[in-house]
Amino acid sequence: MTIPPHTFLLYHIGCRLSVVSHFVIHLIIIFLSFSHSLPSHSPMNVDLRHIHKTFGKVHANDDISLDIPAGTIQGILGENGAGKSTLMKVLSGFIYADAGEIRLDGRATTIHSPADAIRQGIGMLHQDPLDFPPMKILDNFLLGRAGGLFPDRKTARRDFLALAAQFDFSLDPEAYVDRLTVGERQQLEILRLLWLGARALILDEPTTGISLPQKEKLFATLKKLAAQGMTILFVSHKLEDVEALCGRVSVLRQGKLVEMMTPPFDAGRLVESMFGKQVTLAARTPARPGLVTLRAQNLSLEDSRLQIHQANLDVRAGEVIGLAGMEGSGQTLFLRACAGLLHPVAGKTLVGGRDLTGQAHHAFKKQGVAYLPASRMEEGLIPGLTLTDHFVLAEKMRGVFINREAALGLARQRISAFNIKGTPASTVESLSGGNQQRALLALLQTPLNLILLEHPTRGLDIESTLYIWAKLKERCAQGSAILFISADLDEILQYSDRVLVFFAGRVSPPLDAAQTSVTQLGQLIGGKGWETLAGEAAHA
Amino acid sequence: MTDNCQLTTANRQLTTMTSETLLIGLAGVLAAAAPVIFAVMGETFSERAGVINLSMNGSILLSAMGGFAVALNTGSLLLGFLAGAGIGALVALVVAFSSITLKQSQVAVGFVLALLTRDLAYFLGNPVMGQPGPRLQSLPLPGLSQLPVLGPLLFKQDLMTYLSFLLIFLAWAFIFRTRPGLMLQGIGERPAAAFVRGANVNRLRYFYTILGGALIGLAGPIYSLSVKAGWKGTISGLDGIGWIALSITIFGGWNPIRAALGAYLFALLQWLGLALQPILPGIPAQVLQVAPFPLMILTLLLVNIGDSEWVERALAAMPERQRRLAEKILRALRAKPPAALGTTFDSE
Repeated sequence: MTIPPHTFLLYHIGCRLSVVSHFVIHLIIIFLSFSHSLPSHSPMNVDLRHIHKTFGKVHANDDISLDIPAGTIQGILGENGAGKSTLMKVLSGFIYADAGEIRLDGRATTIHSPADAIRQGIGMLHQDPLDFPPMKILDNFLLGRAGGLFPDRKTARRDFLALAAQFDFSLDPEAYVDRLTVGERQQLEILRLLWLGARALILDEPTTGISLPQKEKLFATLKKLAAQGMTILFVSHKLEDVEALCGRVSVLRQGKLVEMMTPPFDAGRLVESMFGKQVTLAARTPARPGLVTLRAQNLSLEDSRLQIHQANLDVRAGEVIGLAGMEGSGQTLFLRACAGLLHPVAGKTLVGGRDLTGQAHHAFKKQGVAYLPASRMEEGLIPGLTLTDHFVLAEKMRGVFINREAALGLARQRISAFNIKGTPASTVESLSGGNQQRALLALLQTPLNLILLEHPTRGLDIESTLYIWAKLKERCAQGSAILFISADLDEILQYSDRVLVFFAGRVSPPLDAAQTSVTQLGQLIGGKGWETLAGEAAHA
Repeated sequence: MTDNCQLTTANRQLTTMTSETLLIGLAGVLAAAAPVIFAVMGETFSERAGVINLSMNGSILLSAMGGFAVALNTGSLLLGFLAGAGIGALVALVVAFSSITLKQSQVAVGFVLALLTRDLAYFLGNPVMGQPGPRLQSLPLPGLSQLPVLGPLLFKQDLMTYLSFLLIFLAWAFIFRTRPGLMLQGIGERPAAAFVRGANVNRLRYFYTILGGALIGLAGPIYSLSVKAGWKGTISGLDGIGWIALSITIFGGWNPIRAALGAYLFALLQWLGLALQPILPGIPAQVLQVAPFPLMILTLLLVNIGDSEWVERALAAMPERQRRLAEKILRALRAKPPAALGTTFDSE
């Protein structure tokens, strides 16, 4: 055995120096031996066999077997409540299966907890990334990794930067997580899981709430990881995402694995196996716009981060206008100004010809403006109250005491009219996302001049999405105008008559949705192609 | 009695105001703040973990009485302090058990405990009321106490006051500089995220609630064996300290150093209230005694000003470099409670 000469020399010199320098030289030796310690993941096969899980009477997972070879991007499709989350919770250690086996690399294993899962190489990226918003990126990154009393920030920082560079993520380790977008928080979580030695990654609805460029970056990252041998489970209800990314797709319906497909994917068949029936998109019906409902005149808005200068828009009765843009590009400011929730710095807002500039939300409401915020539970519904209570509150019934009979009747009628899966006595938080959104729509008063929506179908499955839009289109036919924000460009082009693109506070002139492609829209959102747009607008 | 005594002392101090008497007064402020510091640090640990220990006011009274009684009967100051810590830990255990295991409201349980322990202290303390008992002696540090200004201010204190200085630093370093401290922030902020990182959330919450309770419990004997030595029942003048400590925890933004500044500010204002009376005879004594409270509320407003919309707007109008600096200062000032404070956690 030979001792590396430089090590010996260093040690030899060290013996002759004081204790302090001795210590320093030890540190240097340790540093040298650690300087290439980035994780390199060896591939791992994930094999689920006959997984069963019941909650009360519900068979959430019914004999599911799924063998995923290393390096595969496995898509898992299914509508809300199909059992996708249950299966992922079993695999990531949140819950135990009632029966069945998990085999990693052919070895049967038990996964005791999420922390145990990552020790065994299974990392999970949650839909709402499980991080600590008020803490720094670096602290989020290193927390959870074993180590001494004092965290080794220097090593963590170096590894973080090296990993981030590998995937071309630009994250400042000293920045605070509450300043990041959902997409960036996902990037942080992915890096953290890789650092912990993840060999299989589970992603739960990762494309919800992130922008198109971030989605592209995420997909590129996942493909790169899969090429390196990472096993990836991609849980989604979005067909187009699964089609773009996955090498294999399994479909869950009512707890059972009903379909397994490899490319090329037959979208019709996938949808059919998700819902057990055929679902078709409604054909585009061009609006026949009526009178001007809302006029934004030279509207200037600002908050601490963003300014919008002199935006102009006429919204006509019966038309749908989509607001596209990356999160925080100004579309929310604009929508809130239209609802009277944000007062403009300059310019005017007219509703139905009446100048409401600077007036409170209440005045806008009186003029038939309704606003449905993105956070359904925080701003839209009241947790703890039942559906009946909500209808009673929304209806402004006369008298101090509630007429229980009448309220119950009203609730029953609305529940069936809006196809809500729940009873009059269900509390709103017990409903699924799709049913909460239906309840919000059912709460809208009639008639309305203008409906403002933030992400009306975020997190909903295809069936609920179609249902919500059918209801909204009904409103349009009755003469309401709709303004909505969505991160889903397909949704914007599918349902809008005109589109407004926002980029860093700039507002595009209204584009005809029928004449715009997803690619074009994607570029505008990313800040490209605005010059020609300005030219065209000037021309027009 | 004591108030009267302090008042005359203050009177004498200010009529013959020399720098030396001022120093003694300020040294007294540091000593008077020591029990508040212990209580505030205890509450900070507990709340950082997500558990509000609202029983603090009664807990301090009961441990003051208990610590005094034990020290009186055993003649051992050490046992007195240990008894105080034990009583605080026991009350915290009840809070922890009912909120973490039984998942009951922390506010309701804590409030009832605050009343119960206070009345228990008055009731059980009858036999030792008014008795002369042992008292912690001051411990001038050799050498250091001879320093000009700093000597009489910092180094002629008693042991618990020295420990209170140390505690501030240790608590701060633990929470913000160590790995378990980061996890402590994590379990109070987002327990689910701490759980996936391997933390046993509920066990840690038990640990920090009980540790916090022991620190709160130490505040009691620091009063009854040092700052306001003895046990005088309802006229001990301790009732209310716990509520003030609770608000200082909030003012302090759950940060030990800021909270300590709050505790010193409060002790200083109280001392000024007494010391200023002879100088400002036109102002009723009650005004000066009550003044610290609204002043504390004003501080809270100033500290959290960064969240208001007009400040954000003013910031946006500033040039880049100044804005960054101002944002940094405001960020440092801002006090946001741990997001999961007062909630229960289920791993599923």
